[in-house]
Amino acid sequence: MSPIGLEHFLAVSGLLFFTGLLGVIVRRNILIMYMSLELMLNAANLALVAFSRFNNNLNGQVMVFFIITVAAAEVSVGLALIVALHRKRQSAHVEDLATLKL
Amino acid sequence: MTAATNILFFFFAFATLLCGFLVITSRNPVTSAMFLVLTIVSMAGLFVQLQAFFLAAVQILVYAGAVMVLFLFVIMMLDLKEEERRKIRLVGAAIGTLAVGSIGFIFVKSLASARHGFSPETPTLVGSTPALGKLLFTNYLLPFEILSVLLLVAMVGVILLSKKDLK
Repeated sequence: MSPIGLEHFLAVSGLLFFTGLLGVIVRRNILIMYMSLELMLNAANLALVAFSRFNNNLNGQVMVFFIITVAAAEVSVGLALIVALHRKRQSAHVEDLATLKL
Repeated sequence: MTAATNILFFFFAFATLLCGFLVITSRNPVTSAMFLVLTIVSMAGLFVQLQAFFLAAVQILVYAGAVMVLFLFVIMMLDLKEEERRKIRLVGAAIGTLAVGSIGFIFVKSLASARHGFSPETPTLVGSTPALGKLLFTNYLLPFEILSVLLLVAMVGVILLSKKDLK
């Protein structure tokens, strides 16, 4: 068996990213779309850590640390927005939130 | 790398991808959130394999701990029912799958062409926590401090947004 290299980790990261992208495109529940966004962020994190390890450079890991922190802040704001929207519209489906549509 | 680490890699990679897929396919939002927790935990296993121990711990603490509790609280507050079987718009699903497939094709092609550019031998970097902390508090001190302000702003924003009478 060949040793685990960078491309293995990149393949996992890419597949996870596409799973998240598919979730954002196909699902209509706003919370599940949000979870798919988290999946995509995590996939990017995995790619960054893998690059950092295989290039012998710690800067990538610092970047991932920052991404995790910003993602936590982003999740809290996004969920507050979803709660506020749900209070106004009593719905968590993106089809019901089409006020901006022409 | 030995055979054991290979097996561990494939185990965690498979768990990550399977749980990620189940996140987007399950109808109940609570099930989705639980599978997202599993995805994140198995991804922390991958981080350990990449010698990023501190990030694995942060991943579990922040994501599987804080963020997922937040998600579950919101699911509880919204009182989301199990999604009824809506008719999936075929055109939308087809276009979505097509877009994802084409991006995936580009990705696979670029990965295949870059295959020989990277050396497969085991690297020497060990993501030790002291080295990471030193880097964080010297080279990245300003972004680190800005990040704390960002967290404060997010906190104030969330408190304002969740007020009863949103003006």
